[in-house]
Amino acid sequence: MQAGFEQPRTIEEATALLQKHGDAARPFAGGTDLLVQMRGGMRSPDILVDLKRIPELGQLEIGSDEIVIGAACSTASLRENAELVRLLPGLLEAAELIGSEQIQGRSSIGGNLCNASPAADSVPALVANSAVCSVAGPDGRRDVPAAEFSTGPGSTVLGSGELLVSLRVPRPAPDAGDAYLRFIPRSEMDIAVVGVGVALTLDADGTCTAARVALGAVGPTVIDATTAATALLGGPIDTAALERVSEAAREAARPIDDKRGTAAYRKHVAGVLTRRTVEIAARRAAEGN
Amino acid sequence: MAKLHVETSVNGEPTEFLCEPHTTLLDALRNDIGLTGTKEGCATGDCGACSVTLNGRLVCSCLVLAAEVSGQEVGTVEGVADAETLHPVQQKLLEHAGLQCGICTPGVVVAAKALLERDPNPSERDVRFWLAGNLCRCTGYDKIIRAVLDAATEMRA
Repeated sequence: MQAGFEQPRTIEEATALLQKHGDAARPFAGGTDLLVQMRGGMRSPDILVDLKRIPELGQLEIGSDEIVIGAACSTASLRENAELVRLLPGLLEAAELIGSEQIQGRSSIGGNLCNASPAADSVPALVANSAVCSVAGPDGRRDVPAAEFSTGPGSTVLGSGELLVSLRVPRPAPDAGDAYLRFIPRSEMDIAVVGVGVALTLDADGTCTAARVALGAVGPTVIDATTAATALLGGPIDTAALERVSEAAREAARPIDDKRGTAAYRKHVAGVLTRRTVEIAARRAAEGN
Repeated sequence: MAKLHVETSVNGEPTEFLCEPHTTLLDALRNDIGLTGTKEGCATGDCGACSVTLNGRLVCSCLVLAAEVSGQEVGTVEGVADAETLHPVQQKLLEHAGLQCGICTPGVVVAAKALLERDPNPSERDVRFWLAGNLCRCTGYDKIIRAVLDAATEMRA
């Protein structure tokens, strides 16, 4: 098939194009992963379906119940929204870590999810914040929890003709806080050895009433570490709680040895980084009380 | 397949060209439009040599498709100086010797100008982080950083 470039204006046009061309087509947003993969010969789609002319893919809506982030919104544009940064500082600090300023001008949280790297920075923060993915396909819409969107390195739940439209994040209560920390051996422009996203809620007494801990780069997909979250519930975020959550995160991590670190090292870092991330999220939650 | 006809604006000038569907903006700028100031380094979004602005936002032109810029506004290094008068960022890079081989320089100029338009008074740390996506194998960066900070000071005066 000959190369093609399509710019649908509606979701229906986009899903029809994706279904018609099947594996020969690929959705295209910022291109910061896809064009690199094409240049490296890892993917060779004939038809690129540019999603950025579809209004819903570029929307950002901060509602009283939920925050809707269009899948193709550039991370640079998200960082410019002061209210979004105030409400979800952890998600934004994760998004900000994706590449250089030049990459930020094009990269999107939706693309970060769809690329399905185990080390994707924004995904642990999305999972910790209980984000839901709105997926459109030839048969209509369906919702997929961010925690279940990736099914393995490079693969997602998206079927033929389907595309990710937006991420919907429950609006955090004033007494909730989130945070994301990534460990890399340098200060910028690198891929996570371990990444940790945390969101938690503290009541007026400082008791943790809700928590979610998600670990990146220590498994084939992001790990929703429920045992770590449970270790925080029902009491204050004190030294004992931090030790419990750290231990639970170490246990939940299922890393491999690779050029960025050994499995044993990654397990250790997962514990340390989880403790630090919980401390930041707890401080933010306490500031809201 | 027929080539795609793209009508766009480059440095404020209406521009049209023909391209293949998967041609990058970088290749269109250099080969079809004849603006060779934008350089190809890595072609994978790592080095920043091909930095341009797209609707005012800093991007790598190697990771933008030429067909995408239809109806959009592209800014390249050729649009930075005002005729014979260099932009303060360009002038200060010369004065501080913030370049040697010069391949990274157009990207550094475009990126630094984009920073100073957003933040007229960046800290040294701000400049270093903003330019983290512009690789330079000659200068060791220090002269570039000093030049950008000096340009900021002059532009605020």
